[in-house]
Formats: sequence, structure tokens, C-alpha cells
Amino acid sequence: MNEIEQVIQLLSRLPGLGPRSARRAALHMIQKREGLMRPLADALDRAVENIRICATCGNIDTHDPCSVCTDPKRDDTQICVVEQVGDLWALERTGAFRGRFHILGGVLSALDGIGPEDLNIESLLSRVGPDQPVKEVILATNLTVDGQTTAHYLTERLAASGVSVTRLAHGVPVGGELDYLDDGTLSAALKARHALES
Amino acid sequence: MALAAMQSVDMQGTMAPKLAVQKLTLSNFRNYVSARLDVDQGPVLLTGENGAGKTNLLEAVSMLAPGRGLRTAKTREMDRAGGDSPWAVSATVMSTMGEVSLGSGREPEGERRLVRINGANARSQAALGEYVNVVWLTPQMDGLFQEGASARRRFLDRLIYGFDSAHAGRLNAYDKTLRERSRLLKEGRADAAWLDALETQMVERGIAIVAARKTMAERLNLVCRKADGPFPGAGVAVTGSLEDWLGRMPALQTEDRFKQALQENRRRDAETGGAAHGPHRSDLEVTHLGKGMQASLCSTGEQKALLISIVLAHAKLQAAELGTAPILLLDEVAAHLDADRRAALFEILLGLNSQSWLTGTEPGVFEGLLDRAQLFRVANATIERIDNNN
Repeated sequence: MNEIEQVIQLLSRLPGLGPRSARRAALHMIQKREGLMRPLADALDRAVENIRICATCGNIDTHDPCSVCTDPKRDDTQICVVEQVGDLWALERTGAFRGRFHILGGVLSALDGIGPEDLNIESLLSRVGPDQPVKEVILATNLTVDGQTTAHYLTERLAASGVSVTRLAHGVPVGGELDYLDDGTLSAALKARHALES
Repeated sequence: MALAAMQSVDMQGTMAPKLAVQKLTLSNFRNYVSARLDVDQGPVLLTGENGAGKTNLLEAVSMLAPGRGLRTAKTREMDRAGGDSPWAVSATVMSTMGEVSLGSGREPEGERRLVRINGANARSQAALGEYVNVVWLTPQMDGLFQEGASARRRFLDRLIYGFDSAHAGRLNAYDKTLRERSRLLKEGRADAAWLDALETQMVERGIAIVAARKTMAERLNLVCRKADGPFPGAGVAVTGSLEDWLGRMPALQTEDRFKQALQENRRRDAETGGAAHGPHRSDLEVTHLGKGMQASLCSTGEQKALLISIVLAHAKLQAAELGTAPILLLDEVAAHLDADRRAALFEILLGLNSQSWLTGTEPGVFEGLLDRAQLFRVANATIERIDNNN
């Protein structure tokens, strides 16, 4: 296999890329060898060298502890628990949350052989002890069966710590039309209704 | 609401549009290389010898609704043997929302069933349920009252899908948490918090499932307790420990009771697999009201008539409450009924505002319906219209 084929083969292993789009990407880079391919190669090289997994929260960064954990402007009293780093990024894009994060690295699944010891759960529990500033843990796992099982599990494990445990609201999406919502979402939204302040 | 539905059953709308397939095309489906069928809103009669491909056509229609179809087949099993591409079924259907084009087939490299609605990919097959609801009776269901309870639960659950599209999702989620819990127990992991988390989810979904089944049984009873011509009155009940508790205490208390039962039975469940209590242990009990006899003790013919009573009651309920009855697929049903019942069945089918598809080896079994229906002969995977109006 020559170098070009190798590039194509490696690219095709990326999520969202098949062999066809990998060939297209490779060709595009080859045509822009100096402007794109070399900077990309250098960036990848540096990233491989410098990427660290944050020992506190499980985030990916070039420092350990990560920039979210060390940012002095963030609120120490709230931790938002997510499944994956992608979920942290999604919440960061909103700019609506200024507390700390904790990344589980997956969800409980007996059928896939993933138990509590495979997730960053002990490190979460160690962050909510009585001598810690944390007052609220926000569970932001996905609304899948496994995500919800994990949320229930964490609620139980966190109960002893005395912090308040909350979860994201379930219901009507912003800009959503009721007519298009499925029955489950609508009934969840009805159940979670709250009074309007006047 | 149920009472209002009851009253309007007999005057159900001639106003509502019929739910009917207008055009059906198959490619590489079962024994068909390709086939096309143009039909109007009336009953569709398929005749032909055994193995000709009549039931395959019914199965193709059943794939226009969510689920695994009338044979509960795996996606790949529907591919034509020796075919060079995956199966596909498409149809133009007149629904309550007007004419819609629906398509389904196996994805080229995989097991997933793809769904297209009006030329665009749908996110999941559940979207089909917005347009089409299909209910069937097949010869395999003849032993329904003799077999294990799981077949009867599946039968009842399918009737619920037409009213409550979230029911299938709840069943899947319940089943997944049940299997997760069984795995933990089997591996001997005594992680109480993890088991609790799974049991909490089982309880939430389980009670919702039981409640949906109970509601369905109550509504069915409103219609099918009364004998309809030669079809016997049927009493329908769902039984099981959860149903018992729900009958005796409020839903919230039933949830606690179920949770407690799951906790107490962990050791037992670890040995036996599954769980001692839950909606996966419920049963559908049907009684022949005229004879005061359990369905399982009735004769084969009476059992079949009871099944038809329930399916017709369901179709009438749905017509009254949702404006249209489901498409009915009746495989080899006519042949096993006596002349009275057959004639009565045909009259009821003509009165429902939805299309019905019937199969039989000979046109003779459709005597009395022939002049008001469209007749096709199926032989060696080819379909031929027979002029039956002369």
C-alpha cells in the first residue's frame, strides 16, 4: 500500500466518512499540500503529543487539570454530569452554564458489559464530599434507556453526600410546535409544567 | 370518551375517507421478482393454490405499518431467495391525511428497515403509524388460546399500537431494562444501586404498559361483549399480579408494590432468569360469553370466531374514535367459517370504512362478496385480475 492509499484508508476510518468521501478528502489535501496537508499533519502531530485527559473531570484538553476545571471565573458549587466530551461541548456552545463538568465516559449497560467501575463515577463521588464546595449536581445524561438508568444510579449513589441532585427538563423544544411532538414528549412536558410568574 | 365511542360505533362515518391501499408494488420481496397491484377501496380477494404467494402479498401490506409484519420476520428473511438486491415494498395509500406514498425495504448493506414517506427518508418506522394501521388474522394464530401467553400479549399489544403509538417504545424500553437486570443477577453482581436504577425504570414503564393494556381491554369489552350476528360475544380481560394490584390500589401504590416485589425476588429471579412479576408475565384471557366458557376450552371453530369478534370490535372502535378502521388482513379466514358466519363477516367488512384483504384457495369461499369486491388470481408469483362482475 503506498502513502496515498494509506491516507485514504486511515481517513475512511473516521466517523461519518466512507471510502468515497475519504478519497475526496485525500485528493483535496493532496492538491493543497502546503496550504492544508502540512499544517494539518503538524497540528495532528502536536495534538497527539499534548492531549491530556483531565484527571478531575475526564475532559479532553492540552492541560491536566483542564481549562474548565482551572477557570477561576466558574462556579464551584455546580457540577454538570455528561456522558461524553461531545455533550460538554454542546453545553458549552450554549454559554448558559458556568459551573464545572464531569464526564462519565459512557453509560451503564449490563448487556454491553459496562459497569460502574468502567465509568468515572468514583472520581465524581470524590468531588462532592462534605468538605467540597459543590451544592448541586446536574445530571445531563441522554434520555435513552441506558442514560436514564445511569441517572437513577447516580442519584442513589449521590444521596449520601447531601448535595442536591437535579436533571435537565424533558419537554417541548424551544421553537417547537405541539402538533409535531410525539406523545411521550408531550406528556412529559405536561407533567413538568410550571407556573408563569406575573 | 369510551361511552361516546360506543354510541357512535353503529353510525360510524361514511364521511371519513377510507384507509385503503391504491397501488402496491413489490420488488425482490419473498417469491416476487417484481409485482404491481392496482386496487380500489373495496375488499381485495386473493385466490390461488398454496405457495402461490398470496400471504406474501398480505405480508407486503403489513410492512406499510411499523413492526416486523405479519410473519414477525427478520428484515433479511423477506429478501427473495437468489435475488440480487434487497426487498422493497411501496404503495400509494389513501389515509385520513389524504393520499400518501409510502415505501419500505431493507437497507442495502445491513439489517435495518428503511422507510420512505412521500419520497423522503423517515427517521424511524414509527412514522408509518401516523398514516397506516394494519391488523391481521393468520392461520398461525389459530392456536392463540392454546399457546403460551406471550403470543396473546403480542396480539393485544398490536391492537394497542393503533390507539397509542408510544406503546411499542415502552415495551422495547421495558424489555431492555428487564434483560439488563437479568444479566446483572445472573452474573451475581450485587450492586444494589445499579439494580435499583434498573428496577425504577422497569416500574415506570411496566405500570404504563399494564395500564394501557387494561384500558384497551375495557374499551374492547364495550364493543365485543355483545354478540355480532353469528360472532359470539367475547369477554376480554388482562390478568397478572400487576393487574391485580392495579385493580385494588391506586397507581402510585401499585408502583411501590411492584418495586418491592422486584427487590424481594432478586435471589429467585437470579436462579430462574427473567422476573417473577411484571407485564411480561401478564396474560390475555378471553371468555365465550354465550357459553360462559374460557376460549381455550372452546372448539377450534369457536376460538376462531372469538378472535374475529375481537378483531372486528377493535376495528369498529378505531373507526369510531379515530375516524378510520385499520386495514384488515385476513389470511385463510373465510375458508374455515360456516356459510352464516362467512356471510356475516363479509357484511361487517363492507360496513367498515377501511380496506380488507382476504385470501382463499378458491373463489368459491368468497361467495356473496364477489360482486362487491375485486378478485385476483395469484399463481407462481404473478397476479392477475379476474373479472368477477359478470
